Amino acid sequence: MVEDVFLQEIINITFLSLRVSGTAVLIGALIGIPVGAFLGFRQFKGKKTMMRLVDVMLKSIINTFMGLPPVAVGLVVYLLLTSSGPLGWLGLLYTPTAMVITQLIMVVPIIIGVTMSAVGSVERSIMEKALSLGATKNQAAFLVLREARVGVLTAIIVAFGAAISEVGGIMISGGNIRWFTRTLTTAIVVETELGNFNMALALGAILLSIAFVINLALTVLQIKGARR
Amino acid sequence: MRAVEVRGLSKDYSGRLVLRDVTFDVHEGEFFVLLGPNGSGKTTLLRILDLLEEPTTGKVFFEGEEVDYSKDRATLRRKIGMVFQHTVLFDMSVFDNVAYPLKIRGDLAKADIERKVARVLEDVELSGFERKNALALSGGEAQRVALAQALVAEPKLLLLDEPTANLDPKNVSIVEGILSRLNREKRTTIIMTTHNMFQAERLAQRVALLNEGEIRAIGPFRDVFGNQSLSSQ
Repeated sequence: MVEDVFLQEIINITFLSLRVSGTAVLIGALIGIPVGAFLGFRQFKGKKTMMRLVDVMLKSIINTFMGLPPVAVGLVVYLLLTSSGPLGWLGLLYTPTAMVITQLIMVVPIIIGVTMSAVGSVERSIMEKALSLGATKNQAAFLVLREARVGVLTAIIVAFGAAISEVGGIMISGGNIRWFTRTLTTAIVVETELGNFNMALALGAILLSIAFVINLALTVLQIKGARR
Repeated sequence: MRAVEVRGLSKDYSGRLVLRDVTFDVHEGEFFVLLGPNGSGKTTLLRILDLLEEPTTGKVFFEGEEVDYSKDRATLRRKIGMVFQHTVLFDMSVFDNVAYPLKIRGDLAKADIERKVARVLEDVELSGFERKNALALSGGEAQRVALAQALVAEPKLLLLDEPTANLDPKNVSIVEGILSRLNREKRTTIIMTTHNMFQAERLAQRVALLNEGEIRAIGPFRDVFGNQSLSSQ
């Protein structure tokens, strides 16, 4: 009976982690890929001094946000969603949704930044070649995005890796409530503090396995990309 | 009938004039070669004819109609094929690379696309290469795929920017053979740039000598360079 609950809790925690991080990355991809692609495409346009300055500023801001401290994001989300905060009326604090919002804020700059670099690194000549073959601007842009597909997939995997291993932000905004907002990382913290090392080790092994699968996928993609 | 008319064309890059008052005509079905040293403006001229760049001044007429560079260029580009000096292929199979210009038009059945791709690959002597990744090909094969891409939609005008500059003699011979055949049998109008006088003599019905952005002479090769053939020397 005790073992059943133990197992059930591990499954619950694992699925919640995957659901929260997966949702954040999915929404992050829907926002980040088009924005990253748009910023990456800017390099194909004529470069005037003002545009260069805007590009440098935009890219610097995105690079800064790629390294956002998770606890700071968690704090901001907490202050926004707390009952006295501007979005307190939504009643989202200490829910999985609050955790998704926290992780979303973290992953969007990562996806934008990596997609931007991937699209920007595709040679300008690919765009010109497509236009020369009679493609419309949209068709040529889609082809460039296709050529950058390994980079775009890398962006998603890197973002998922960052989200699933994040602890500070979701601890603050999710509250680490057992059976409700407890994820692999927050559970490891609590179980270690309580001295439940079996549970902590089991969760750590699961987290490590997920991280391994992510890195395996990333490595395979990179090898495939290098063979091009 | 004139396929292309260029009138008083100039191109200025931030104060640097790379083309000056260029004027010439190319007739339908003609093999026309722009001959000149590196930096003479050949590539810029070809890029303007391919609508990749706008002239600073001057006009271009295609089949008698003035080219409006401010309008959507995709429709007109579909009548023009261009092969760049540095081969650019997409990270997909040879078939998909060659089929790309047909697929983006969206008005051809799959069977028609397959038939056209098979035929053009046969023309460039690459039958059997359909499934290979285009980026894994040798330089000569890749340039022939680029040629097939430019030819598959049966363009009225083919622009070639030093298409054999990076090829070994065997592949140069193959590509020249394909171009001669294409011009002779299908009457495709070809404008090719080269700095190789021997190649110009072998292929061109007329040459234009371009230097420092200006056309210095134009006409049949022997009229421009005298009666002595280079190949007989």
